[in-house]
Amino acid sequence: MTAPSVPIPLNYGETTPERQRLGGIITWGATAILAVLALIQTLYVAGFTETGFSNWRPVLYAYGAWGIALGAAQVVAHGEQGKRALFVLPAILFTVAMVIFPTLFGFYIALTDWNLASQDGMKFNGLDNFWQMLGDPFFWNAMLNMVFYVAMVLVEYVIAFGLALLLNAQIRARKFFRVAFLMPLMLSPVAVSWMVGKSMMEVRFGPISNFLKWLGVQNPSFFGDAWVAKFTIQAMDAWTFIPFIMIMLLAGLQALPKDVIEAAQVDGANKWQQFWGVVFPLMIPVSITAIVLRIIFKLKIADIIINVTSGGPGGATDSVTSFIFREYRDRSNVGYGTMLAMTYLVLIIVFITLLLKLVDRWRRSLT
Amino acid sequence: MSDITLKHVAHVAPEAGGGKTARFWTGKLFIYGALLIWTIICLFPIYWTITTSFKIAPNVMKGALVPWWDYTPDWKGWRSIGLSPDTLGDVSTVREEFFKRFFNSLIASLGASFLAIIIGSLAAYGLTRFKYRWLWMRNSDISFFFLSQLILPPVVLALPFLVLYRDLALLDTLAGLIMLYTLMVLPIVIWIMRDQFESIPLELEEAALVDGLSTWGAFLQIVFPIALPGMVAAFVLSMILCWNEYFFAALLTSTNSTTLPVMVASQTGSQGINWWSMAALSTAAIFPLIVVGIVLERYIIKGMTAGAVK
Repeated sequence: MTAPSVPIPLNYGETTPERQRLGGIITWGATAILAVLALIQTLYVAGFTETGFSNWRPVLYAYGAWGIALGAAQVVAHGEQGKRALFVLPAILFTVAMVIFPTLFGFYIALTDWNLASQDGMKFNGLDNFWQMLGDPFFWNAMLNMVFYVAMVLVEYVIAFGLALLLNAQIRARKFFRVAFLMPLMLSPVAVSWMVGKSMMEVRFGPISNFLKWLGVQNPSFFGDAWVAKFTIQAMDAWTFIPFIMIMLLAGLQALPKDVIEAAQVDGANKWQQFWGVVFPLMIPVSITAIVLRIIFKLKIADIIINVTSGGPGGATDSVTSFIFREYRDRSNVGYGTMLAMTYLVLIIVFITLLLKLVDRWRRSLT
Repeated sequence: MSDITLKHVAHVAPEAGGGKTARFWTGKLFIYGALLIWTIICLFPIYWTITTSFKIAPNVMKGALVPWWDYTPDWKGWRSIGLSPDTLGDVSTVREEFFKRFFNSLIASLGASFLAIIIGSLAAYGLTRFKYRWLWMRNSDISFFFLSQLILPPVVLALPFLVLYRDLALLDTLAGLIMLYTLMVLPIVIWIMRDQFESIPLELEEAALVDGLSTWGAFLQIVFPIALPGMVAAFVLSMILCWNEYFFAALLTSTNSTTLPVMVASQTGSQGINWWSMAALSTAAIFPLIVVGIVLERYIIKGMTAGAVK
């Protein structure tokens, strides 16, 4: 997925030293205005000065204006080359403002004992939250649950592959089945929580309970036992996301070179051999993309857990996100919750990087 | 790779003829059986929700399944949210509440999708066509920077944003929600649009440049119309993700700008569930997406498979 870098010949002739100087003035002028505004507001909030704004909104507007000035300066200073910079500049400025700054801010909050319920405001307390986290059994329990949830992606993959093969077979009404199979992905996790988790799994009269009773299960209960609850939550999440993997695999199957499969057929390979000998090896790249994307989405799992079990019974179904959500909602513990979130972020980055490295090495060893 | 496997396969003796028709039919039976079972798994919850919205208490307790056969449909659920035929003309606070949440969801998801499509497409176009260099960063680094945002779990941003939005007076506003949702779908839009622009031949723009169009002129007049289907795909996918988003909405909104998922979720916890009205509410909440799923299925699939198959 690397972009083919295509240099269109550049016209450098437009720009002159005067224009470059003007561009510099605009850039630095706008930066100065932004910095002064931010400084005024910081001093005001800190209580050193009397004048300032009632909130930080003007500084946000100043940032927007600064972005526009920066773009204009690029065009003034670099001509055609500057106009090209205008394509990526909005996205970069937006993402930096929305991600980098809050994340850095988050690392700071993580080092405070800030609790919204307490009157004292926030106080810097160093690594206290970190040590508390190391000894928090519920957090590590949620981490272990994440390992379970992520591992189950492989099961989802197998089911999705089966479905993709079915849809790719010579069938009638393919479009109907495709739309039907896609439906769960359209539904919001909150709706799914109610429709499936609360309504269909209602112990007394929910259709799934009735079905299980009909099969001979005594008193079916879905959220009483720790492992049953875990698998139930996993099943609901899988239900919504299997279509996602399936669609990607189906696209992969449809893009397979027909002649290779036909050659295998001519050679007399049966379906089973065709699949393992030809189809599956060719599907490995798509499979990896689908699984990695699915794992990334899986690491964010929260909505269903928050709405169906709130992590219960006894934290058995908790994901890291739902745990932190309750840490904030029930205990207003912003400082500690943020420390957990930041630790989770670091662990995720390490995990994904390792995963991509491993996958890369494994694929190279195959070819 | 395929050569090796082919040789391996070639050693197997060709299947003997005969019995073909029997095997053919069992194969067909298996395929359609499996398709049917999974269709039921996919559609039954939707069917159950829609039918439950027309039940009254005894029907729910009985676990009735088929309308008109084991129970008589009733408007009770829809009446309770003010959307049944006989209450449509009356004033209903629940209905007002519902429509307020509905339009909040609509504005938030439309706004975020538009914003993400605009800045995402521009960035994707720039990254596929020009060479950038800023400090140590090249095109691939910038692309990675954007796509890596996908990994960021929402919980990492949630608490800092809570604090920042409070200071910026953006808490419980749709503008704040739109900005966050834009951030959430931006990597996906860039991913899809990069794939789109890469598939558009460069010669078109070169010809346009020769004809005297500027870089932006070539983008707007030549490339934009060609890339439109891809944009629609990215837009639909963004819409769906924003419409269903719950986590940020639950944390950052309280009274004014609460979205539909938060409203649905807030009904479940309290005082023994009113099955019929919850079912009616859920049906109303998922209905737009079911329509979108049926009508725009082609674009959804196009969006999801972008970049997956090379």
